[in-house]
Amino acid sequence: MTTTPEHTSAVPLRVLDHNDIFRDEVYQKQFEGKREFENAAPKEEVQRVLDWTRGWEYREKNFAREALTVNPAKACQPLGAVLAALGFEGTMPLVHGSQGCVAYFRSHFARHFKEPVPAASTSMTEDAAVFGGINNLVEAMENITALYKPKHIAVSTTCMAEVIGEDLFAYIGAAREQEAITQDFPVSYAHTPSFVGSHITGYDVMLKGILEMLAKSPDADASKVAKSDKVRLNVIPGFDTYIGNHREYKRILELMGVDPLILGDHSSSLDSPADGEYDLYPGGTPLAEGALAKFSRASLVLQESTLRRTAEYIEKDWKQETVLLETPLGVKGTDAFLTAVAKVAEVEVPAELTAERGRLVDAITDSHAYVHGKRVAIAGDPDLVIALTRFVLELGMIPVHIVSTNADTTFKARMEKVLSASKFGEEATVWPEKDLWHLRSLVFTEPVDLLIGSMQLKYISREANVPLVRVGFPIFDRHHLHRFPIIGYTGGLHLLTQLVNTILDEMDRNAPDHSFDAVR
Amino acid sequence: MTTTPAPERAETEAMIAEVLSQYPKKAAKFRAKHLKANDPEGSKECEVKSNIKSRPGVMTIRGCAYAGSKGVVWGPVKDMVTISHGPVGCGQYSWATRRNYAHGHLGVDNFTAMQITTDFQEKDIVFGGDPKLEQVCDEIVELFPLAKGISVQSECPIGLIGDDIEAVAKKSSKKLDIPVIPVRCEGFRGVSQSLGHHIANDAVRDHVLGTGGDSFEQTDYDVALIGDYNIGGDAWASRRILEEMGLRVIAQWSGDGTINEMASTHLSKLNLIHCYRSMNYICTTMEERFGTPWTEFNFFGPTKIISSMRKIAEFFDDEIKAKTEAAIARYQVRFDEITKAFRPRLEGKRVMLAVGGLRPRHTIGAYEDLGMEVVGTGYEFAHKDDYTRTYSMLKEGTVLYDDPTAFELEEFAKFLKPDLMGAGVKEKYVFHKMGIPFRQMHSWDYSGPYHGVDGFAVFARDMDIAINSPAWDLLEAPWSKAGEVA
Repeated sequence: MTTTPEHTSAVPLRVLDHNDIFRDEVYQKQFEGKREFENAAPKEEVQRVLDWTRGWEYREKNFAREALTVNPAKACQPLGAVLAALGFEGTMPLVHGSQGCVAYFRSHFARHFKEPVPAASTSMTEDAAVFGGINNLVEAMENITALYKPKHIAVSTTCMAEVIGEDLFAYIGAAREQEAITQDFPVSYAHTPSFVGSHITGYDVMLKGILEMLAKSPDADASKVAKSDKVRLNVIPGFDTYIGNHREYKRILELMGVDPLILGDHSSSLDSPADGEYDLYPGGTPLAEGALAKFSRASLVLQESTLRRTAEYIEKDWKQETVLLETPLGVKGTDAFLTAVAKVAEVEVPAELTAERGRLVDAITDSHAYVHGKRVAIAGDPDLVIALTRFVLELGMIPVHIVSTNADTTFKARMEKVLSASKFGEEATVWPEKDLWHLRSLVFTEPVDLLIGSMQLKYISREANVPLVRVGFPIFDRHHLHRFPIIGYTGGLHLLTQLVNTILDEMDRNAPDHSFDAVR
Repeated sequence: MTTTPAPERAETEAMIAEVLSQYPKKAAKFRAKHLKANDPEGSKECEVKSNIKSRPGVMTIRGCAYAGSKGVVWGPVKDMVTISHGPVGCGQYSWATRRNYAHGHLGVDNFTAMQITTDFQEKDIVFGGDPKLEQVCDEIVELFPLAKGISVQSECPIGLIGDDIEAVAKKSSKKLDIPVIPVRCEGFRGVSQSLGHHIANDAVRDHVLGTGGDSFEQTDYDVALIGDYNIGGDAWASRRILEEMGLRVIAQWSGDGTINEMASTHLSKLNLIHCYRSMNYICTTMEERFGTPWTEFNFFGPTKIISSMRKIAEFFDDEIKAKTEAAIARYQVRFDEITKAFRPRLEGKRVMLAVGGLRPRHTIGAYEDLGMEVVGTGYEFAHKDDYTRTYSMLKEGTVLYDDPTAFELEEFAKFLKPDLMGAGVKEKYVFHKMGIPFRQMHSWDYSGPYHGVDGFAVFARDMDIAINSPAWDLLEAPWSKAGEVA
C-alpha cells in the first residue's frame, strides 16, 4: 500500500500526500500510459527543445520579441491602490468595476501576508458596461456603510471602468446626494487604469488621493497639531510589503527624538493578532493625524519611482520639503537615511543607532568571505531593486543581471549611478521592462550563484539550480519573511542572514564529504 | 408547507432574519432570496435563488468569467499556451495559484504555471489590440515550438473596445498551422465564474470537439474524465480507480489534459463528470452530437466512491462489474484503516462550507464518513440545478447561503460556532483570527489530492490537522482569562 502506518496519539496514521504518493509505481505507469492519448512529442524532442531554450540562440530570439510578455514581475494599478487604502485607519478599499478583480486582489495579498484583506467591489456587469456604473457605486457605498461601518472609503477603478470612462468624482457626489453616505463622510478616490504603469503607479495615485482628501478635511487644521518639542516628519514607505519596515521606521525615528508619522501604515492592518476576535480595521495611519501631515516639517519619500506623483503633490500643494531617498537598505542606504533625518529634523544620530550600525558592519565582516564575489541576479520593483543592488555591492557581491519589469524611464540612470560607484558593479547589465522569461535566458546563458527576488523566481531557481533568496513581493511560498524589517541596520542584518545562510546551505548541500565542514 | 417549522429550522430562520436586519432595505430584500433554512424535500418556499448578480459593496467571494474560463477550464490544458489577453493583472493574479498539476516541462511542453499576456498599454486600448494579439501569436510559435495550440482569454477591455479577436484567431490559426481559439470571457460578462465556464465550454465545442481521434485504437472500455482539474493531483487519484475498474481513460478535462484528449473525447463510450457545474455543457453537447451518454459521480469519501464506482460499472459488462467489486473490497480495507485512525478524533465535529459550484455538496459524504456534520453550506456560483441536488443531502433546517458575503459568513459562524470552516483563501485568515479551524477547499490548502481512495486519506488527515492543532489552545492570554474572573 502507499502509506507507512505509524500510530501515535498525535499522528494516528502516516498519510502520503501529493509530494510523495505519485512516486508510486502504480502512478508512474498511469502517467506513462496517458501519453498515448496526449499525442505528446517524443521525449527526445522535448529534451532537444529544452536544451535549445537554454542557449544563446534562444536568448536572442527571446530578446527580439516585441509584443509577447511571459512571466512579468509586475501587477496592475488597482492592486496597489488597495494596499495604499489599507494603510489608513478604518478604511474600506472600494474598487469600481468588475468584481473579479477584487477577488484577485484580496487573494493575492492574502497569499502574501497570510492575513484577511478587506476590499469591496461595485460589481459592474454587462448592463453597467452599457449604462455606466453610477448605481453600482451608490449602492456599494450604502451597503459598505451598513455592513462594514468604515470611517473612510478609498475608491479606485478597474480597467473596465476606465475603458468606459467612469467619472468617480461625479459618482461620489451622487452617492452623497442620494444619501448612501452622509455629506461629510470621507471618501477619497483615484483613477487606476491597469493598462498604464503597474501596481506601484496605483499605489502612488491612491495615496495621493487619500492625502489630498485628508488635507482638505476639517481635521486639517493647524490649531489641532499637538504641541510637542519633537519635530514631526512624515515617512512615506510606498508599495512596501514588509510590515516590519513600517515598525522599524517608527522605531528609528523615535530613537532619534523625532515624531514619525507613517503615511500609509499597513503594519497593523496586515498583521493583526489571533486572539479569538476578528477586527476588520485593526490599524492604519489615523485619519486625523493624516490630515495634519501637511503641517509636518518634511516628508521622507522612500520610493522614488513609485511615489513620483505623491512627492510632487506634497511639494507643490503642501509646499512642504520632500526628502527623496533611496529605500534605506544596508549600511550606506541607512547612513544616508539617518543623515537626512538628522539634517532635516535638526537632531543627532543617537549612540544606540551608531551601535546598531556597528553590529551590522560586524556581521558583514563575519560573513564577507562567503558572499564576496558571488554573482547574483536581482529582479523586482524598481526602487527595491536599486536599493538591493546597493546593498549587495557593499557586501562585495557582483550583480550580473538586473531586471525590473515595471521600471520607469529614470531607472537605468539611477541604476548606473549605483553601479558605477563600486568596482563590483562593472559586470552588471540592467534590463528595464524585461520579464522573468528574459531573466531565464540570462541566467542560463550567463550563470549566477544566487537569485534575489520574489517567489516568482522559484521556477528559474529550480530549473537552473541556483538558490533563491526571497525578497520583495509576492512571496506566497515562504512564511513570515514580511514580518521582519529589511530596511535600516536591523533590516540589513536580516537580509545578510538570509543571503549568507542560503549560500552556506548550498555549500553544505554540494560539499564533498571532506569539505563538509563543521565550522563555516 | 404551513406546519410550524422544526425547531432547528426556526432557529436558522431567526439567525437569517437577524443577519438580514443589518442590511439596507434594498440589499436585504435581494439577499433574503439567497439565504434559506434547508428543506430536504426542496419545497418552493425554501428554494435558494442563485446565479443572480451580487450586490455592490457587500464583499462577495465571487470572481469573474475570465476566472471561470482561464482559471478553471482552459488554463489546465497543458500543451496549449493560454494568453491572458488584455492588461497584466488578471494573468498575474491567476498565475499558478490554482494548483492544477500537470506533467511536462514548463515553457517547453507544459504551459500551465506560466503567465503569458499581451500586457495591454494605453495605445492598445486606444487603437485596438488586434495587431498586438497577432504578433503575440507569432512570437509564441517562435518561442514555444511544441505548443499544440493557443487560447485567447479575453479580459474586460477586449469586449469594450470592439476588438475582433475571432478574426485574428482565424487568420493566425491558418498562418501558424495550430488552433488559435478565441474565448470571449471578459470579466464583466455574467455574474460570476459560472458564465466563464459556459463560454469556455462553448469555445471547446466550436473549435476542438470532434477534431481529433486518429492517434489511438478504440476499445469498449474507453471513458473520459470530465470536470476534474487535477488540484493537487485529484484527477490522477480518480483515474487510478477507473483504471483499476478495468476502464481506459482516454481524456482528462482539463487537469493535466491536452488538446488531443479534448479533440478525441467524442470517441469515449461514457463521459464521467465530476464537476457538473463547470462542464455539464460539454457533456450535453457530446450527448446531442455524438450520442455519448454521461453520468455524474462523486469520488470524495468511501460512501460516495463506492456508490459511484457501482453506478459507473452498471454501464459496462460483467467483467468490469467483477473488477469493480474486487477493487471495492481492496479499498474497503484501506477505508477502514483511515476511518479507524481519524474518525474518533473528528466524530461529532461541525463544519461550515462556502465553496464554488460542486464541493459544497460533493464533500458532505466524505465529512459524514468521518463522523462530521455539515451545519451550513453554500455555493459561490451555483445554479438552481446544483441546489436541487443539495437539499436532500442535508438535514432539515441546515442553513444554505448562496453567494455569501463576508459579513454573512462571519455572522453565521458566530451563531453556529463550527469546529471547522471550509472556504477560500480570502476567507481563511478571518476565521483564524476568530479561532475557528479552517481548510481552503478550492486549493486543498496546498495539500491534496482529496479525490479517490488516496485522496480520502489526505482529506481525513488534513481535517484532523486543522481541528486538532494545539495552536487553537493558545489564543487566549492567561492574564486576560484572569482578568475576566476578577
